[in-house]
Amino acid sequence: MSAPFLKIDRLSVRLRRGGEGRLLRQASIAVAPGEVHGLVGESGAGKSMIGRAIFGILPRAVEVIEGAVRLGGTDLFTLSDRERRRLVGVNAALIPQDPLTALNPSKRIEAQMTDRLTRILGLSAAEAKARALGLLEEVQIREPARVFRSYPHELSGGMRQRVLIASAFAAEPRLIVADEPTTALDVTVQKQILKLIAEMQRRHGTALLFVTHNLGVVAKICQRVSVLYAGKIVEQTDVATLFNAPAHAYTRALMAATPRYDRPEESLAPVRPEVIEALSQEIAQTDNIWAEARLAAAGRRA
Amino acid sequence: MTEPLFRIDNLRLSLPDMTRKPLFGPAPRIEILKGLTFDIAAGSTIGIVGESGSGKSTLGRALVRLYEPTGGAIGFDGQDITHLSDAALRPLRRDLQVIFQDPFSSLNPRKSVGAIIAAPLLFHRVATSGADSRARVAAALGAVGLPRAFASRYPHELSGGQRQRVGIARAIALSPRFVLADEIVSGLDVSSQAQILDLLARLKDELKLTLAFISHDLSVVRRLCNRVIVMRGGEIVENRDTAALFDAPEHPYTRQLLAAIPLPEIDPGWLEAG
Repeated sequence: MSAPFLKIDRLSVRLRRGGEGRLLRQASIAVAPGEVHGLVGESGAGKSMIGRAIFGILPRAVEVIEGAVRLGGTDLFTLSDRERRRLVGVNAALIPQDPLTALNPSKRIEAQMTDRLTRILGLSAAEAKARALGLLEEVQIREPARVFRSYPHELSGGMRQRVLIASAFAAEPRLIVADEPTTALDVTVQKQILKLIAEMQRRHGTALLFVTHNLGVVAKICQRVSVLYAGKIVEQTDVATLFNAPAHAYTRALMAATPRYDRPEESLAPVRPEVIEALSQEIAQTDNIWAEARLAAAGRRA
Repeated sequence: MTEPLFRIDNLRLSLPDMTRKPLFGPAPRIEILKGLTFDIAAGSTIGIVGESGSGKSTLGRALVRLYEPTGGAIGFDGQDITHLSDAALRPLRRDLQVIFQDPFSSLNPRKSVGAIIAAPLLFHRVATSGADSRARVAAALGAVGLPRAFASRYPHELSGGQRQRVGIARAIALSPRFVLADEIVSGLDVSSQAQILDLLARLKDELKLTLAFISHDLSVVRRLCNRVIVMRGGEIVENRDTAALFDAPEHPYTRQLLAAIPLPEIDPGWLEAG
């Protein structure tokens, strides 16, 4: 396995005015070129926070307490805004959840796809157009020229998601973050889109961080996976281990809650309060250990 | 066999296509429901499953007469309600309740949870006094597993799962005979999804409800439903007992829908198949 392109090291984040409460708790994730890493958790677990940290767009109300986000070895937090935007713009791209809000409703697909190529990669207008049209073909859009002239509202949900996948790969980024890219789609379209993302990712050798709340999707597309709860990664392993021998009680509870049409009696089990209670204790305990370690370090410095 | 609660006979419904409306004159109509025939047995739970555009939500809205059918007949409890006027429907509304998909947009943000649940009680004159209304609100909150104190909260203070519980409380407070649940778990996390489905199954038994459960996801309907209707393009492709449908789906479209659901298990060939 080659060296990871994305390396998040012990990243902790909190609200500026939120006291000791954390949004991320020493989260570490590494994704190598050609690898798909799933990031699973329920709403509020901090999945999007990790995504935003990678793009350097954490909300203003949030501050980084410790840790690093490295793209190809460069720590984003050591760069100026300008340098960071350039590094992220060239190396990373996002496939967003909702293709309708991610596309500008008043611009044709052509302008939306080529702008990025001309501005960030410095391609000429003709080069950008050729590259974008090629990508539309690669994502199996039958009439790329027609789609190129269309406005977003003229396309179906699946088609819009294909356009966004093409846009994400167009600049040949080393890393793509896919943030719940199939959540809004019907199952049959979801399967086509998952297949497409997997093919494109393999062909381009991209490092892919796949954010989702759906364990079924993780099983089908990821090689490694991190399970997130309250900003803490409670389990990080390869998918075979996760699905065949999940180690953490919370992972097992999530699996038992996931609907399965083939085994109805073993699915849709509500997460038991004891599991959440144990998790809260686990988190409070590590929070205390970290607080003490920080105090001790401050003591040594004094 | 008892008389079914709903008898749907050759139900048709078309709506004006506003995207193709000419400047003058009426918009052309698109046929959304193309002649549906089925029954809903009293006390049963029927799953209505299909992808976007299949007509499943339109069917749901026609059942509770939020839409007026353009053809065919809807019989509810022996009465033909196909073309009843709003005034004639009013006494029936109490028995035909809906829980909507998005609890954030279906709950009035300026009203407290208590006022939201009390509004239909007062409208239908179910509650006889202020004290009676408060007692019924408290009972409904209790039935959906929310503390009484939630009556004074506002929707924005609640999580998605809690909001959906308020939507359920509002519907059951009237002791209706039929409840339509339209994609009520699709916006929720798996853990809240499981809780809400559990709650609905329990309430259905306790209150002897007849339930129609609309979903795009076949995997959530198995637990709750006795019968499942699979829809595509405004038509029913399969209408069978739940166990039979899942164990031996007859229609290729049903098989395709099932095969497209990613199960949480390792299956290297899945992405390539189909």
